[in-house]
Amino acid sequence: MKKIVILGNGIAGITAARHIRKNADHHITVISGESDHFFSRTALMYIYMGHMKYEHTKPYEDWFWEKNKINLKRAWIDRIDFDQKVLHAGEERISYDALILATGSQPNKFGWPGQDLQGVQSLYHLQDLELMEQNTRNIRRAVIVGGGLIGVEMAEMLHSRNIPVTYLIREEHFWGNMLPKEEATLIDNHLREHGIDLRSQTELKAILDDGNGQVKGIETKDGETIDCEFVGLTVGVHPNIALVKDSPVETDKGILVDDYLQTNIEDIFAIGDCAQLRTPQSHRRAIEAVWYAGRMMGETVASTLAGKPTAYRPGIWFNSAKFFDIEYQNYGQVPAECPEDCDDFYWQCIDGKKCLKIIYEKDSFKVRGVNLFGIRSRHEVWDNWLSQEKTLQEIIADLPKANFDPEFFKQWEGEIQKKYNEEFPNHPISIRKPGILKRLFA
Amino acid sequence: MKAIRYTGLALFLFSLGLLLALFFASSYTLTEQLFNTQVKKEHQELLRPEVASMFGKTYGLSISFVNSLNSAIERVNDKKRAEQAWDQVIYDDYAGSITRAATSGVIKTHTTLLFILVFVVGSIGALMYLLPQAQLAGPPGIKNNGIFHNSLNNRGWMGILVGTLLILFYIALYFFDAYITNWIILVDPVQKLINPSGQSSQWFLYGFLYTFAVLVMGVRMLIKYRHSKYQVFRTISVMFFQLSFAFLIPEILVRLNQPYFDFKNMWPLDYDFFDAWHLNTLTSSGGLGLFMLVWGITLFAVGVPVFVYFFGKRWYCSWVCGCGGLAETAGDPFRQLSDKSLKAWKIERWLVHGVLVFAVIMTAGVLYSFFTGSDTIAGLSTYTWLRQPYGFFIGAIFSGVVGTGFYPLMGNRVWCRFGCPLAAYLGIVQRFKSRFRITTNGGQCISCGNCSTYCEMGIDVRWYAQRGQNIVRASCVGCGVCSSVCPRGVLNLENRDEDGRFGKPILIGNNSSTLQK
Ligand SMILES: Cc1cc2nc3c(=O)[nH]c(=O)nc-3n(C[C@H](O)[C@H](O)[C@H](O)COP(=O)(O)OP(=O)(O)OC[C@H]3O[C@@H](n4cnc5c(N)ncnc54)[C@H](O)[C@@H]3O)c2cc1C
Ligand code: SF4
Ligand code: SF4
Repeated sequence: MKKIVILGNGIAGITAARHIRKNADHHITVISGESDHFFSRTALMYIYMGHMKYEHTKPYEDWFWEKNKINLKRAWIDRIDFDQKVLHAGEERISYDALILATGSQPNKFGWPGQDLQGVQSLYHLQDLELMEQNTRNIRRAVIVGGGLIGVEMAEMLHSRNIPVTYLIREEHFWGNMLPKEEATLIDNHLREHGIDLRSQTELKAILDDGNGQVKGIETKDGETIDCEFVGLTVGVHPNIALVKDSPVETDKGILVDDYLQTNIEDIFAIGDCAQLRTPQSHRRAIEAVWYAGRMMGETVASTLAGKPTAYRPGIWFNSAKFFDIEYQNYGQVPAECPEDCDDFYWQCIDGKKCLKIIYEKDSFKVRGVNLFGIRSRHEVWDNWLSQEKTLQEIIADLPKANFDPEFFKQWEGEIQKKYNEEFPNHPISIRKPGILKRLFA
Repeated sequence: MKAIRYTGLALFLFSLGLLLALFFASSYTLTEQLFNTQVKKEHQELLRPEVASMFGKTYGLSISFVNSLNSAIERVNDKKRAEQAWDQVIYDDYAGSITRAATSGVIKTHTTLLFILVFVVGSIGALMYLLPQAQLAGPPGIKNNGIFHNSLNNRGWMGILVGTLLILFYIALYFFDAYITNWIILVDPVQKLINPSGQSSQWFLYGFLYTFAVLVMGVRMLIKYRHSKYQVFRTISVMFFQLSFAFLIPEILVRLNQPYFDFKNMWPLDYDFFDAWHLNTLTSSGGLGLFMLVWGITLFAVGVPVFVYFFGKRWYCSWVCGCGGLAETAGDPFRQLSDKSLKAWKIERWLVHGVLVFAVIMTAGVLYSFFTGSDTIAGLSTYTWLRQPYGFFIGAIFSGVVGTGFYPLMGNRVWCRFGCPLAAYLGIVQRFKSRFRITTNGGQCISCGNCSTYCEMGIDVRWYAQRGQNIVRASCVGCGVCSSVCPRGVLNLENRDEDGRFGKPILIGNNSSTLQK
């Protein structure tokens, strides 16, 4: 029986703990300074918006941990003694036989003048939410800097409290470095429909002090000033490696790990946002700061620690998000710029709120990936199609199989198939629209 | 737009205030003449000495009038019981009819005007408040902003106030209907409209208010969930069934001299279906009565298993049922208050199945008495020991006072979840023999908790979703709200092949475990 200590109670650390417990009898301790219990970081926005309370964001009831013999410890670790195998939390010492680092991310800050003023903040930790509660009380306008997923969530949060939002984006469109232009434009329009004052190709130059250490506005690189009492900095995150930066553990941007998620030191592993794979597979990135990757790494490292050494082999990439009212799902590779050897097939609904983009190889028509907006689609079906390297034609012909929208929703596959036939008159497919009866008695 | 909303709110609050004020609006005077017309000959002599002190006296409040009257009757009964003169004890419920006759004031002189001021103005106000939301609240989509900041939706003072009023109303309705005589009179114009020879009763008042609530709050639901056709169709369905099947058709049947019958209600929710008086009514009402009897039995004996097999219990609980209809419309603002803990689930299973067992035993006893003509089993009266306690504890206290009164405190499906014997029966079928399940979408769940929070049945949907397991739960009423609120498109209500319904949990996306060295 080993003494396993997991640093970080986020999705990565907790998944590791749960799966070790399922498969082995080790002594397990999970440490975090942020919260007593595991909560869903992805749900932070909903607490602020009043959809849920903090309690609701805890995926397991509080009795769960004791029942499963997972010790929880609330503490900030300030030093690791690798020789003695001990963690230091102030005066307290916690020893380990194996250590899993799952310390998550830290929000980026790019050294803007005024970035430490009161009323300026990022959103990552639970404590940021309390801060945001105070920082946004009775304010007249907020500015958000950075067109990514957390930025748009912050915009939605503020919007839910009727706070006018000006949203600065460096790129031409929202999330322009990840989304192809058509999809990004669709989201731009939706944000504007909600009254978000979206400023593309606008960069922050400085944050202005009101003389009392409080933000009073911002200045853009074009010299425009915008009055505001709150600035949200959401310009991405980086792995939280503060604890091991100047230690024997090798780091680059993140904590470097091999295929088995082990660092250069035996019995020390790193998973989740803080980990950087030395040799990622061709279809995945070295650092993937998403919920799903953290969970899968947790499962994998648990298997290793339970005595079955297992290499981390994530499958087809997938992701999802929601931009105000528009849901987004992604399977496979859909980069912002269509690769040289590929083409894209794009369909957009006339309401401007739903679209589908498929990237396929020019020669073979093999599909690389899909983006779906406003239509729910089956992960399992896409995972099969992509791993079996199905062609565009095969997939479009079978598209209704992937539909995951609720009953009675209008089905768009027929229109998509029509569009396909218009674009590829040489190898048309038959248009199939399953009726509602077929769905009810499927 | 905002001005319209606030005017609407003001109108609605005016109507609500007027309705509450009407409780106090009449005076009550019992005259000897009135006494003579309302009380049966054989009781007049007994009662007269006791109530004589009330003659000509004017009461300002129904409660004191009713209490004086009832204690007079009780005094007579006490005396007769002491004398063991059982046949002279008065069982007639005089309170309602005498109070109604003794009422005087605006409620009698201006009934129609007051009705318009309360219900017509009230619904206009409510609609003025609700309809602009389609514009004001932004594009269609999930509208849960601020729910846990709101004192009505989050057990704040408003929630407690509304809950208290509802509980008081239900107690009055079931046990002290004479207290709310003014309100019963208020809806008489509608009763006369549907059936000119009828007179409104407390149950007509209840049916009317119930339907009113379902329709007005149904409109709210339609606006709130206008982006989801599933929710729209479902809401229209419960509004339709409440208005026609539950409210209008039974009244029209009465007008046509047929038995009062709600064709969509069924045993064991309709627990008096097998009561002797009900069976006698149906069997003595010709062809239609017999049809009703056969229909009622077929519905629960054949309809339930067949429909639940194909669609899950949702076909009834969130598309047809009246209790479900109220929960899904008037109750929607409270769905997030249901308890999701494992402990609550345990209590739920014991309670709801316990009530089902109770209902079956009660019905068996009642039927035994009906067929054998013997009122007792093993010396115990089936009425006193089975039928009466069931009606009191389950029919009145549980389904009414607790079931609806606790909406703002424990969520909108307290009755459906913990008490409804029909839900228990539907649930057993759904759990073991049905094509219905909620499927989860591969590995897309982010454990945010919206689904569990907004599940009115207190199902911890996330527990299943985050491990990639189908949700097959007896209690799921298929409201589809978990699927609606999920921000990642993870959940879908589906009727599919039974194979794979209880499949192993699977999260797609991680191929690591297959590559062990
Ligand atoms: C607002 C927001 C929305 C998001 N939405 C999505 C989404 O929709 N989909 C998606 O895929 N991803 C989303 N993400 C990203 C996702 O939440 C992260 O990828 C994931 O939570 C990372 O999990 P983790 O376990 O690696 O680390 P974390 O969840 O960050 O957990 C690490 C924990 O370790 C603690 N810790 C660190 N150092 C120490 C120390 N020295 N001592 C003690 N404790 C320490 C931290 O306080 C923290 O509690 C979102 C992130 C945010 C902030
Ligand atoms: S599980 Fe979903 S569909 Fe079933 S009752 Fe709960 S919210 Fe409604
Ligand atoms: S709402 Fe959706 S994403 Fe959130 S926990 Fe439920 S299933 Fe998962």
